[in-house]
Amino acid sequence: MIFDLLVVGIGGQGVLTAAEVIARAALASGCEATKTEVTGMSQRGGVVCSQVRFGERVSASEIRPGAARLLIAFEAAEGLRWSHFLAPEGCVLLDPWRAVPPIVSCGVHRYPEDPSSELKTANIRILEIAARATAERLGDARLANSVMLGAAASSLPFPELALRDEVLRRFDHGELAARNAAAFDAGRALACRYTPQIAEA
Amino acid sequence: MREFLSGNEAAARGAWEAGVEVAAAYPGTPSTEILATLAGLPGVYAEWSSNEKVALEAAFGASLTGRRAITAMKHVGLNVASDTLMTLGLVGAKAGLVIAVSDDIGFSSSQNEQDSRFWGRFVHLPVLEPADAADAYAMARDAFSISERHQVPVLLRLTTRVSHVKRTLSTAEREVPEAARHGYTRDVERWIITPNHVGKRLELRAQRDVALAQESATSRWNILEHGAERKVGFVVSGAAVHVVREAFPQASVLRLGFSHPLPLALARELAASVEHVMVVEESEPLVETELNAAGIAASGRKWLPAHGEITAPALESAVARLLGEPQAADARVPKAKKVFPRPPTLCAGCPYMGVYFWLGQLTDAVICGDIGCYTLGCGEPWNAMDSIIAMGASLGVAHGMAKSFAGNGAAKPVLAVIGDSTFLHSGMPALANITYHGANVTVLLLDNRSTAMTGGQDNPGSGYRLDGTPAPRLDFVQLVKALGVRPERVRAVDPYDLPAFFKVLREEIKAPEPSVIIAERPCVLSRDFVRRRALAVLEEKCNGCARCLEVGCPAITVTRRSRETRASGKVVERAWVRIESGLCTGCDVCAKACARGAILAS
Repeated sequence: MIFDLLVVGIGGQGVLTAAEVIARAALASGCEATKTEVTGMSQRGGVVCSQVRFGERVSASEIRPGAARLLIAFEAAEGLRWSHFLAPEGCVLLDPWRAVPPIVSCGVHRYPEDPSSELKTANIRILEIAARATAERLGDARLANSVMLGAAASSLPFPELALRDEVLRRFDHGELAARNAAAFDAGRALACRYTPQIAEA
Repeated sequence: MREFLSGNEAAARGAWEAGVEVAAAYPGTPSTEILATLAGLPGVYAEWSSNEKVALEAAFGASLTGRRAITAMKHVGLNVASDTLMTLGLVGAKAGLVIAVSDDIGFSSSQNEQDSRFWGRFVHLPVLEPADAADAYAMARDAFSISERHQVPVLLRLTTRVSHVKRTLSTAEREVPEAARHGYTRDVERWIITPNHVGKRLELRAQRDVALAQESATSRWNILEHGAERKVGFVVSGAAVHVVREAFPQASVLRLGFSHPLPLALARELAASVEHVMVVEESEPLVETELNAAGIAASGRKWLPAHGEITAPALESAVARLLGEPQAADARVPKAKKVFPRPPTLCAGCPYMGVYFWLGQLTDAVICGDIGCYTLGCGEPWNAMDSIIAMGASLGVAHGMAKSFAGNGAAKPVLAVIGDSTFLHSGMPALANITYHGANVTVLLLDNRSTAMTGGQDNPGSGYRLDGTPAPRLDFVQLVKALGVRPERVRAVDPYDLPAFFKVLREEIKAPEPSVIIAERPCVLSRDFVRRRALAVLEEKCNGCARCLEVGCPAITVTRRSRETRASGKVVERAWVRIESGLCTGCDVCAKACARGAILAS
């Protein structure tokens, strides 16, 4: 059985790092894993999508549309953009934070009114995780990454602490590790209120 | 040790373990991390060369002195290096020489899709094609021995899905280079490729082709796996190996790792054991053509996508059509939702925004663009570019247009826009041509002291080397003067200073001779960049004219819009904005663009 998940957002948000953390946690739990990116010139605010697959044996690194169990979206419209990759039983963790690019600001394109509602209308299971807002409350928007990973922990098929350890491994203990631990735990708490929904599935 | 590495990291690791001592490259997606990884490993001299041809020559020079060497580049980089490459096909290499080239299949950040395996045929080089990081590691390690055995450079052909996919693999120790193998011996008959030496080299090359074909026939990189399913057998190389395994786990498969020269006997063995042979290769139908030419009936391109990556659903559909089976209904595949496109943007505070703010307002000029972050000037909101062709091409194209316009009463001003690294890569000869022939071109040399688009690598204009040591910083003003631009027509300006920049731009467009405007400001992602206090909008002064949006800064977002119809019937669209303080670098370009003084430091 292969677990397919996507981490999406825009260039500069740490999408690839988050995907790498999950892949390494999966490896630590004894799985094989692959991680691949669909990126162009993504460093400059463009679309970023990282695909992680793990299980006993993984062949192709690309996930098929309609196959992902989990979609972690660091930005609202990006969650919508990649939602067709979700399996019917899949679930999206969506940060409702909106990154409006110049192409929208200058009036050439329109940002979707309400990506969350659109996803719900399409019968997609959605957990809204205000990772960016939480991170800002914790004093640093860059902590959004760890908040989101904390929120994702209970949706992954390995112990939540394994993921937390992997996050902290990236920081050589010290203050940064402590702040990311706090962010991770805040994310876990955010996801907790959805736990009954997960149990239903 | 078990590690989780990308194909690029793995190729670098394999080369390092093989005792590589010299590595030279020009950055380019998807190949950049190969050299970046090698640079961090002990015992390797690594450099970002000024272009791919220079990088290949540097690696070859090292090979001549008995040191194993590698060069890495993206597919279009090998076009640049190809003149030297053609000769290396004749003279060969001494110590192991590996050319790692990564093809951007699906053209996510390139001007084309190109199949580098052709070079193997054209130049008579062996081609190794890893399917993943584990292969990239092991093949890179082995490639140096192959190179030395046959005295020939080896082409290690990767693709995006090999270069950037991380997988697990086991690494080992580095082979310490033997000092006895170091040293240079003169061999003029071999290394001087004058016409009188070519005939002998061609004969030797023909012998080498035979020897390489023998090696490929029994290479451990070519594996015939017989499966239970015998209807369709696959001949497959590169990342598609995993796609075939995913979609048809029971099929018979010939995995090509040492893919040129082709191991024809293995292909015949596969063909004899299955009803149909399907070739699964990305980009061009090279192997397919060669199999059919050898009398082995095979198909592939007829059923598979003509460009882009081959995915499991595409392969399943191809096989169904080959066998005349009904295909799975499309309705089962979920459709993507319609969401606005999100192309990459210039960063908040990017010095190029000041440049494009003005270029976007030039309605009557032709702007020849080039390759780098400033390529983004072709998009919204600036739409300030007429052509983008190849690295360094802006000046040559502008030259031709200016010459054609000359003497034409309705001539438009011709501009060329090029970055520092691209100018040093391949723009300089074209500037010499412009000044030599007196073409009326205004060159905008955007100097952000960085090879920014590929991740901010250093270059001869940045003042640093790859290892962080200070280097003489090339003086662009002196350089373009030396290339023949009259001193009065060389203007260094600050692109943040919108009024001053515009004045210079107008003057140089008007000047009826070659001119160069050097717009100098460090890239916002570089070590030299200094962030200033964020700006904010004064609500009471803003009238919603939206001129600041023409800057194209991602830190400026619209809070509300309105539309009013004047008595004259003219419709005026207004937009009020805010500035995201977390993104704003305080560059002041939007404040200078604002006619009402409504943007100030917060």
